[in-house]
Amino acid sequence: MLKDITLGQYFPGDTIVHRLDPRTKLILVVVYIIALFQAKGWVSYAAVTLATALCMILSHIRPKNIFKGLKPMLFIIVLTALLNIFYTEGREIIPGWHMTWEGLARSVQMILRIVLLITGTFLLTYTTSPIALTDGLEMLLSPLKKIKVPVHEMTLMMSMALRFIPTLIEETDKIMSAQKARGADFETGRLIDRAKALLPILVPLFVSAFRRADELAVAMESRCYHGGEGRTRMKTLHFAAHDWIALILGALFLTGLFVMKHYGI
Amino acid sequence: MSIISFKQVHFTYPGDELESLCGVDLEIDEGSFVAVLGHNGSGKSTLAKHMNAILTPDSGSVVVDGIDSREEDKVFEIRRRVGMVFQNPDNQLVANVVEDDVAFAPENLGVPSAEIRERVDEALKQVGMYEYRTHAPHLLSGGQKQRVAIAGVIAMRPKIIVLDEPTAMLDPQGRHEVISTVTRLCREGGMTVVLITHHMEECIGADKLVVMSNGYIKAAGKPSEIFSDVEMMAREGLAVPETTKLLYELRHCGYDLPLGELDEKNCAAAIAAAKKQ
Repeated sequence: MLKDITLGQYFPGDTIVHRLDPRTKLILVVVYIIALFQAKGWVSYAAVTLATALCMILSHIRPKNIFKGLKPMLFIIVLTALLNIFYTEGREIIPGWHMTWEGLARSVQMILRIVLLITGTFLLTYTTSPIALTDGLEMLLSPLKKIKVPVHEMTLMMSMALRFIPTLIEETDKIMSAQKARGADFETGRLIDRAKALLPILVPLFVSAFRRADELAVAMESRCYHGGEGRTRMKTLHFAAHDWIALILGALFLTGLFVMKHYGI
Repeated sequence: MSIISFKQVHFTYPGDELESLCGVDLEIDEGSFVAVLGHNGSGKSTLAKHMNAILTPDSGSVVVDGIDSREEDKVFEIRRRVGMVFQNPDNQLVANVVEDDVAFAPENLGVPSAEIRERVDEALKQVGMYEYRTHAPHLLSGGQKQRVAIAGVIAMRPKIIVLDEPTAMLDPQGRHEVISTVTRLCREGGMTVVLITHHMEECIGADKLVVMSNGYIKAAGKPSEIFSDVEMMAREGLAVPETTKLLYELRHCGYDLPLGELDEKNCAAAIAAAKKQ
């Protein structure tokens, strides 16, 4: 059961959104987030929502999957909404209560903003494989190498962490079974007791993770790894026509939102 | 001609009192299949790590394809010649996709993209894992993972491939897959193979068998000769093949039999011939 978990869940597909270069998608997500935070009036919110819906349709991602991802955020969403209703000055909905019409409008916008923000980033991770994502990130950030930012090392660490998640989950499973066989109890007791019961899992897990890291380092050295310098890539990324079109559309979208912000709609 | 040569190699791990290698002399011929047999702690893994300059001798010398392993600036020259496969397949695969993992070494060497693609496909075909090139390594079986690891080193186009107990964590099926793959690489691909193991059956097909114990080389020679010395093998606590054992017991009963017949058919023929006499 634990084996099937993948972080940054990716749904393989062959839509135009899937085919976009990961760099394009990363840039577009940044553009999208900036645009989202320019939205002030209802028209601009409608524009962003429409754009998001369009991307969802194009990428064949089912709304069900997005909602599933939103679930853990429910608490924060509800809390922000409530705070906004009660703490905004304006005309009261029911006299005597601190709920205002302005607050209601604001909280709806807040909910929209959070939901759209999460949906946008989900669209990126749902349509881009983790490797493509780290590759894209490395190439986008490569100018930072000039100011001695270890971009290659950071992205290699990211992709390796992703590689070892299933291995370590499997290992956790094994250690849990081993400790259960010795009478460890993870399910009952108060929260503190259960947290304490995790210690006999974490310690062996850490020890074995360090051992793995050590062996992996030797194996990498044996395969002539010596940092990012002089390294080539088997899969090189290419910008195609549709990437340029997507970027132009993104730029237009951003400009549009700035204009709307100017007019306050 | 020998491609790896050890001369009076001594090595002690930092912090250890006992020497792990005590004056090892060893010649490995180009294109041969050499098996190193020994118990845990016999120094066989230490010996392997000297072959690609992960460890360098305290005294004595290791020369790989004409390069002394103590020349620090030539470490990568040695490592691209000597591919190393380790025991735990999980801890040597670096990428989330099989073909990306195989591409790791040529990428490190700065090979152009198109050629990497070529090498990766060729390496995966050689180990019979080409159909799995887009799979995630953690979904493969142990034997398959280990074959991917082998592909990962042959994509460097090394002259020598050193396998440090590659079958220790595998089931019999996986063990067979790995051993037949490396045997084929040696016999058909002309690669020099050094197999470190504690499974006696894996050594039978080797050209040369080296028995290690407590940092010393106890014996080296053809497997049939080494296994024939049943007393020595027993002293080292190592098993001999069933055929040798049978021939040895029969000899004790007074039959005149050669001990070197490792193949079951030849063994049966020898027994039949002895019985006729």
